[in-house]
Formats: sequence, structure tokens, C-alpha cells
Amino acid sequence: MDRTLAHHLSEAAVSVELETEGMTLNIGPQHPSTHGVLRLVATVDGERATNVRPVIGYMHRGYEKLSEVRTYPQIITIINRIDWVSGFANEVPFVVAAERLMGVEAPPRAQWIRLVLTEMARISSHLVFMASYPLELGAATPLFFALRERERVLDLLESVTGGRFHPNFNRLGGVKPVYAAGPTTKKAGMDIPSGFLAETRDAMTKVLATCDEIENLVAGNEVFLARTKGVGIMPVDVAASYGVSGPNLRASGAGFDLRKVSDYLPYGDFDFDIPVGRNGDCWDRWWVRLEEIRQSARIITQAIDGLPSSPLQAKVPRIIKVPAGETYVRAENPKGEMGYHLVSLGGLGPYRLKIRSASFSNLSILPWILENALVPDFIAIMGSLDFVLGDVDR
Amino acid sequence: MTFELTFWWLLAIKLAVAAAVVPVIGMVIGYAEMKLSAHMQSRVGPYFAGGRFGWAQLIADGVKFIQKEDIIPDEADRPVFKWAPALVMLGTMALLVIVPLHPSSRYGIVRDLEVGIFYALAISSVSTIGVLMAGWSSANKYSMIGGLRAAGQLIAYELPLVLATVGVVIQAGTMSMQGIVSAQVAQGWPFVLTQFIGFAIFMIATLAELTRLPFDMPIAESELVMGYVTEYSGFRFLFFFLAEFANMFSMSVIAATLFLGGYGLWGINPDTLLSPIILFAKVGILVFLMIWLRWTLPRLREDQLQTLAWKWLIPISIVNIIVTAVLKVVL
Repeated sequence: MDRTLAHHLSEAAVSVELETEGMTLNIGPQHPSTHGVLRLVATVDGERATNVRPVIGYMHRGYEKLSEVRTYPQIITIINRIDWVSGFANEVPFVVAAERLMGVEAPPRAQWIRLVLTEMARISSHLVFMASYPLELGAATPLFFALRERERVLDLLESVTGGRFHPNFNRLGGVKPVYAAGPTTKKAGMDIPSGFLAETRDAMTKVLATCDEIENLVAGNEVFLARTKGVGIMPVDVAASYGVSGPNLRASGAGFDLRKVSDYLPYGDFDFDIPVGRNGDCWDRWWVRLEEIRQSARIITQAIDGLPSSPLQAKVPRIIKVPAGETYVRAENPKGEMGYHLVSLGGLGPYRLKIRSASFSNLSILPWILENALVPDFIAIMGSLDFVLGDVDR
Repeated sequence: MTFELTFWWLLAIKLAVAAAVVPVIGMVIGYAEMKLSAHMQSRVGPYFAGGRFGWAQLIADGVKFIQKEDIIPDEADRPVFKWAPALVMLGTMALLVIVPLHPSSRYGIVRDLEVGIFYALAISSVSTIGVLMAGWSSANKYSMIGGLRAAGQLIAYELPLVLATVGVVIQAGTMSMQGIVSAQVAQGWPFVLTQFIGFAIFMIATLAELTRLPFDMPIAESELVMGYVTEYSGFRFLFFFLAEFANMFSMSVIAATLFLGGYGLWGINPDTLLSPIILFAKVGILVFLMIWLRWTLPRLREDQLQTLAWKWLIPISIVNIIVTAVLKVVL
């Protein structure tokens, strides 16, 4: 009797709706396209995800805590490992924050060099995106085109700072005097390597040419358009409510760029546009980044044409102690808005350093944006948000 | 009695050659792919193995794979898991049996079947069963999704593949591979001139059957790690690796035979030893085309793939058949 009843019930259940149990798919932490060690716990029904939960923290290195037991110059070495794709850009807002508390301002030349190198870091970071994004969609060739060009920019960064990824070039009150250039207060003209300006001008022309090349190769591709247009649409109000910033926010249609709003670096002296997307889909996020490379090249060209001459370093005491106080400096990093909340009690190191990293907030929109997405679109959407796990976990 | 003996011996030799060709061709195409992709991406590609041009790269790879441990996951369905690579390879080898290299019916082809095309299309889908077996038996979710995607892809693209060849069969009036080639040799021009739509559809469907980009969703490194081959290692992985390249060869050889005139070329007597070379040159062009696409295009999405098959390729190929049939009757 029981069995027939159960049988009837199961029959009834089948006839009402053929409901299959979702499969839990663990994407990551070891996976080719999660940009490091992100783990996604997705419940999938066939190819469609019903629920996605990102799990982060596999790369937590405790930088906020570490900075409490380090001196200010030492902190610069660890914070450029937060978003390792654009190490230089991470240093700037922290150094500016400390300088503001000290009441010191870096000399104009140092600020312009910071600006040039920050924009180079932006180009390098966006070129990595130009390389990896088509690869995630299956096209391997753009990777080599983009990484080849990135090498030019990295070479320039290396010639100035000595480091390709982790420059550690900023000093409180200026930038590091270049090796073999002598004390820079005396020889102001010998602070950047000879030939740097000409090489940069040349490299920027080539970067612009590469942008055209990548645009031809990728944007002219029907399959790429089919995979990105209308995929992963992020309305501007939703994006803002999740704290999404940077190119991702601008792709959704908000023309908000801290370089225009804030004064952490002298961007006001330059003439550049802010590319803004229309639909907020993967295609717009790709396009905004491509345009930003062009704008960065434009800024760099202007900057090296009008590089002011001044010392590289403001007068700071030999042992740096930051007066008590707190400040928050935010900057437009390649990945989005990065901010440092610095609390000092007057010691050799900060009392507390809160790091607001762009990728963390950008990633937080994943559960919303991946809901009901297809598994292949997971990769397209995640790739288009362009986060770095070091920047998420810190 | 003597005739029978020679017949069986000849058959055995021809089969052995057909079977031996597969790994060699697989290596040649694999090497070509490595070198061509390198040049497309401003790299050098294989360079050290073998001294010059890295010609021995694939042999070195093969030796490496054979040395590796043959790992079978605990949860795997062992017999199915073990036999899947063999089945994938089998489809490729069996396909070469009906490829005419030369007009001689005794030496130029292993077996000229009356239903040649039919056999080719039937046997070419056997390897998909191997893929499905691999995906199912691996006890891995990525493999599972990969295997099922492969099955879905096969169902969608087998139809345009078959329909695309019907035009050729109508024009040639035979399904035998020798017959189709000799029809093209007799008329002096290959069928691709009249059956261009059929050829294009055949090539697109072939790419999908081979699960090569832009249709490589069953593997899709960036999504499914390595799809149905995720759990394979060592020699069994080598089988999949070689089968992919050998499959490119065998599908190209079918396409060259059906549409490009096989071993025939204008003004050249097909009854010479030049004919296999002509055929291989044509195959080379098709293989190059596949490699070129592979390194240029991103991957389509699964639903876009199905849309392409059901909404575009199948209707177009049906129209193609109707037009061909009408013209055949009218002209």
C-alpha cells in the first residue's frame, strides 16, 4: 500500500514539473580563469547558474595588520604588492596620505614623475586585461600582441624604478633619487635615465598603434561581439550601490573619475577625456579600458613634454615620524578607486591603515550579476570585471 | 586459393598502413599547429628538440607522455574510462579506410565501399561516443559538462554535415568515394565550384565535430579546465591529443575528396604516383585553414552554437539540396 502510494506521489510530482536537483559546481580556487585563487560555489541547473557565492580569502596576506608594525618607508614595499599588476599606482595614495599628515608636499617634478609612472602602470594593467580577456573567451592570439606591448611599458618603468612589478620608488616627500645620478638636489636634470623621454614618446606612439591593432583583431571579430554585447549588464545604480568603481562603473555610464575630482596628483594640468560606456555590458567594459589606454598615452605624452624641473625630494627628517592625526586619500587606480585611511599616533608607523581596494568592491557584485547566467558567461563576466585576487584579499 | 591469400594479405597490409598513418599524421599536424600558431603570435615555437626547427618536438612529447603515470581517479568507472581514448582513436583510423589516394582500386584505397560517404559520416561520429564516455566516466563535474556539451554538439552538427554532402552525392550520382573523385576528374573541375555552400557548411560542421575553436566548448580551457580530458594523463591523454590532430586530417581528407576533387588536378593524369601528393596538398590547405581559424577566433557560447546549427546551417543546406536536385533534373 505504502509503495503504491509513494509510486503515485512520485508520478504526480513528475507530471507536475520535472524538477532536477541542481548540481553544485566548485569553480576554483584552482581554476584557469579565476584570476588567482577566487572560488565560486555555483549551483547550476545544466548550463545555467541559479545561485553563485564567491568565496574569498585564499590570498589574504594581512597587509593592514603588517603595516601597523612597520615604518612608513617599509610599508611602501608591501603595498605595491596589493594589486601587483599595477604596483606603482598602489604606492601613490599612501604616500600622499602620509605627506598630508606631515604637512609636506612633494616638489612638482616628483609629482609629475609619479603621474607618468602611474599612467604607465595603468597602461600595463589594462594591457594585461586586453591580453587575458580574449583568452578567457578562447582567443589566444591577442594575448601575445598585448603582452608584447606591455613589455615596452614595463621596460620604461624598470629603467626609472629598477623594478618591473614592484617599483618601490616613492619616498615620503618625493621619489627615490635614481642610482648613479648623484644627489638629486644638486643635479636636478639627472634624475631620470638619459633617453627616457625620447623612449617614452616612442613607446607611446607604439602603444597607440597597438590599440588600433587590438581593436582590429578583437573588436572586428563577430564571435567576440556575440560573446560580449548584452552580456553581464550592470545598470549604473546597481553598480554604484555595490561600490563598483573605476572602468567598470564608467562602462555603466557614470562619468566619474577621481583624476578629475581629486587632487592627489596634478591631473588638473592635463587635457584628457573620460571614456564612458552606454550599456554597462562586457563589451563596454572592454571598450572603456581600451580607450583609457589611449587617454593614458595622451597624458604621458603631455607630461613628458612639459616635465618641470625641480628637486625630486622635499625636505623631510631623516627619521620619519608622522604627526598624530588621520586622513583618507583615494586615487583612481587602474582597477578602480583605491583609498588609504591612515591613522597616526605620531610614531614611526601608522596606528591603523585601512586599505580600500577596488577589486574587493568590484567583486562584490558577482552574486548579483552572475545570477541566472550561463556557465560560459561566468567567465566572460568575471573577466570583464578585471579584478586581481591580491587586490581583493590584501 | 592464392588469390584469396593475396587479397587478405593486401588488406592486412593496407590496414596496417592506414593505422600507422594516424600517429604520424597526428604528429605532423601537431607540429604544424605549434609552429603556425607561434608565427601568428610572434613567437618562435618549438625550437630545441631534434636540433633544427624543433622537428622532434612531438616525438619528445610522445615519449614524455608514455613515461608518465597512468592515473585513474578512484571514483572513475574504470573500464569505460580506459576504453574511451581507444574509441576516440578508432573512429579516426576507421575513417582512413575509405580514402582514395589513387585511381587504382587495388592499391589506391583500402576498401572502396558502395556507401562510402555514408560510412564516413557514420564512423566519424564514433569518436564522439568516446568523448561522451570519457566525460561520463571521469567522475568529474567539469568532464561531465564537457562530455554532454560534446554530445549536444554532435547531434546539432551531424545533420548539416550529412546534408552538406547530399549535394555532392546528387551531382556525382554515387556514394562511393572513388566514384565521386572519378566524377570530378572526368568533368575536369571539383565540386566546390557548384557546391560552394555545401563546402562551407561542411567545413563549419567539421570544426564543430572536431570540437575545435570556435566550437571547442567541450574542452573550453577557461571554463571547464580541460573538459572531458581533465582527468586523463600519460598515454591516455596522448591518445586524445593525437586523435584531435589525426581527426583534423581525416575530416579534411573527406572534405578534399568530396569537394576539392581528391587526388585529381587539372591537366594531370591521375594514374601516377603524383596523385597522393596532390591529395595531401589539398588536405594541407584545409588543415591550415582550421589552424588559422583556431588561433584567430574566440569561442562561441553553447546556445549560440545550437542557434547557428538549427537556424542557419540546416535550413541553408536543405535549400542547397533542393536547388541542386532541381538543377540536376533540369540541366
